Amino acid sequence: MSEHRKPTIARADGTVLSIEELEVDFTTDAGIVAAVKGVSFDVAAGEVVAVVGESGSGKSVTARTVLGLLAETATARGAVVLRGNNMLTLSGSELRAVRGEDVAMVFQEPSTALNPVYTVGWQIIEGIRAHGKVSKKEAKARAIDVLRKVGIPEPEKRVNYYPHQFSGGQKQRVIIAAALALNPALIVADEPTTALDVTVQAEILELLREVRDEFNTGIVLITHNMGVVADLADRVVVMYQGKVVETAPSLELFANPREDYTKALLAAVPHLGRNSASEGMVERAKPDKPLLVEATNLNITYPGRMGTPAFTAVNNVSLQIRAGEVYGLVGESGSGKTTIGRAIAGLNKTTGGSLKVLGYEMLNFKERSFKKLRQDIGFVFQDPAASFNPQLSIGECVAEPLIVHGHGTAFEARKRVDELLEAVQLPKAFADRFPHELSGGQRQRASLARALALDPKLLIADEPTSALDVSVQAKVLELFKELQQELGFAALFISHDLAVVDMLSTWVGVLYRGELVEEGIGSQVMGSPAHPYTKRLIASLPVPDPIEQEARRIAFLKAS
Amino acid sequence: MSTTTAPLRPGKRPLVSRLPIVSHLRMSAGLQRGMLVAGLLLSGIFVLVAILAPLLAPFGYAQISDAAGDFPTQAPPGGRFLWGTTVGGYDVLSRTLWGAQTAILVIIIAVVFSLFLGVFLGLLSGYLGGWLDRVLVVLADAIYAFPSLLLAIVMSIVISKGQSSLWGGIMAAAISITVVFIPQYFRVIRAETVRLKAEPFVESAKVVGASTPRIMFKHVFRNATRTLPLIFTLNASEALLTLAGLGFLGFGIEPTKAAEWGYDLNRAMSDATSGIWWTGVFPGLAIVLTVLGLTLVGESMNDLADPRLRLRRKIKRTAGKGTA
Repeated sequence: MSEHRKPTIARADGTVLSIEELEVDFTTDAGIVAAVKGVSFDVAAGEVVAVVGESGSGKSVTARTVLGLLAETATARGAVVLRGNNMLTLSGSELRAVRGEDVAMVFQEPSTALNPVYTVGWQIIEGIRAHGKVSKKEAKARAIDVLRKVGIPEPEKRVNYYPHQFSGGQKQRVIIAAALALNPALIVADEPTTALDVTVQAEILELLREVRDEFNTGIVLITHNMGVVADLADRVVVMYQGKVVETAPSLELFANPREDYTKALLAAVPHLGRNSASEGMVERAKPDKPLLVEATNLNITYPGRMGTPAFTAVNNVSLQIRAGEVYGLVGESGSGKTTIGRAIAGLNKTTGGSLKVLGYEMLNFKERSFKKLRQDIGFVFQDPAASFNPQLSIGECVAEPLIVHGHGTAFEARKRVDELLEAVQLPKAFADRFPHELSGGQRQRASLARALALDPKLLIADEPTSALDVSVQAKVLELFKELQQELGFAALFISHDLAVVDMLSTWVGVLYRGELVEEGIGSQVMGSPAHPYTKRLIASLPVPDPIEQEARRIAFLKAS
Repeated sequence: MSTTTAPLRPGKRPLVSRLPIVSHLRMSAGLQRGMLVAGLLLSGIFVLVAILAPLLAPFGYAQISDAAGDFPTQAPPGGRFLWGTTVGGYDVLSRTLWGAQTAILVIIIAVVFSLFLGVFLGLLSGYLGGWLDRVLVVLADAIYAFPSLLLAIVMSIVISKGQSSLWGGIMAAAISITVVFIPQYFRVIRAETVRLKAEPFVESAKVVGASTPRIMFKHVFRNATRTLPLIFTLNASEALLTLAGLGFLGFGIEPTKAAEWGYDLNRAMSDATSGIWWTGVFPGLAIVLTVLGLTLVGESMNDLADPRLRLRRKIKRTAGKGTA
């Protein structure tokens, strides 16, 4: 490949990136860990190549080598050839020249990728002026130009705004604008929509598609979300444990995956409308069972800081959960779904209306009088890594509720812990391990065991699988479903993932900005939503099937 | 972490190699290892000398005569008095060796006192919050605002009227140092507690229904104290400096009750101008080396505890190169 500089405005063409036999090792306290073991693939101009894989598969490390962004403890071998330059052998100043001009990066978390003390215009201009002599005025004009291209309204004015004045989706647009500013041949997008809500995700994916079509930019898309892959990717590279398992055009991969791993991965992805828990139901289940949770016109406000008004997280919500029923609560970030779950568990104070949990009015909450009822409520937290005390063994953690509520001695508790671990399909020997010695899925099983230790009547699961990989998520959800049917506890299942909620819960509530906009039987809410917000939410959810997704996308764009 | 396969269970290493300093030594490399080893060596000598002072020192700390008669005053090093004698006729070598014993006692007592009080108050203040937290934080800040030596002087006057016996002096010095150090432990533990309070595992203990003391001591305490060995070593050297400062200013322990480096330095001031170097150099060196040793241990533990600062042994492979 010959060394050539591209003119700034021209469209890129040919192969922009080719990775050959890339190997990356990390030096850790436990010795050398190979993160990437011989990965090869190419990216052509105007092509979106999705690199998918579970956490630890080496996909992010591979992407970062393309920009020469590796930790000091890493060593890379092989070749990463970007428009004739081997990124592994370039010096610091050569790398700086290539970054921005030939390759740019879009990060996962838009709120931390921008410097909060500079205006977004300044940050884009800085990138432009770092490559070649451009006057301030001209650079600013170009910054305004790219901001307009990524769909920021009133770019002349907003170029002088600070990052906090933009919403999450707009920040991601600004980052894409900064990446586009020098018209690079390749953009590496590392989980660009993971931190965003689905409706915003759909817009960003659309923007990336436009970028590809308009500028003929090659895009390396790192993601674990098969829906996003189906929506955007032309070609898919499936990675597992540092190796490439399969490379195929997107349509072919989803239609006939060749490798077993790919098949299993695709099968584990929850698909909206398939295996719904409420299939064929016409009325709400268990209408004659006693009410466990009854919220009437519930209000929860967080006091504002000095000078700012109080923030209403939950506004006038009424819902009921009966014994043995799984209630699914869906909503985007900031919709108040977690606040409701925490209020039911007595972790948040309610400020208005009425919330009765097991007959106890939470408005007059006193820890002392509520403590007795706590044994009837289990709670599964979102992040299994953080919800265990790192200093205690799994056995001690699971036994904690038994000991706190005085159910027998440590010896008797141990017997129950063994039973519980068996119930969540963990070997008994795991009781002696420490939380960090378990994988994410195993930890979440243990968390479920702890929540069920006292045979609670009500289980609150706050996004229990959103920190897990899809294949693990599928197993944990299956287990949850089995245990619920076997033990018959009622559950409040909180999630942002509509497909997951539909799999588990028969009755679904949709929250939007603190208000319950729609409630109904799961399959009906998902199948024929009534409220415009629910419609938009469901339409913007990418499904893991390129053909179906394309039809949905066109319908979604028409509607909005 | 890959979630599809169970991670191999790392064999539990023996208790000895999991102790703070030993584990630090095992994972150190390069310059950091050198610093740690040098620090450990100096500190080790200090501790050994303190323990073995009665055997090592040729004379007692307050001895000015023996069977052969009174000791000469201001005798240069050599002969019976390897490091010479002072203006009062004390043997410099003996007083320097005995001084280690006083120093280590004061360090241990001061650090232990401030550790217990500081940790307890920090935990209470951080977890319970409210007015108690506000009052304690203001108090800690007020103590911070005083120069520590001034505070130590005031305390030693209050406690022992300025002059005292061996234990009286040691306690006075230790307690005055304690008062200065409590805010440091308090601050660190309080900050950790406030952070841990919002962690899901503490919330999960709350949901389970665990009582406040149980959450505080079982769940928060064990996680909040991981940085303590660090502050411990760094404070030890500061305690020694404060003790020497007190002694130098004349608020220390009387020479007949115990040997104390700061006091000896004070006495050596007038000698320095008349060319008598040995009375000042040896106690001074003892202070410098001990503080250096303790600080090196503390600093290298600090670096080793942070995976981003820790140096690792280089990989042997040379093909290709890492890009930073």
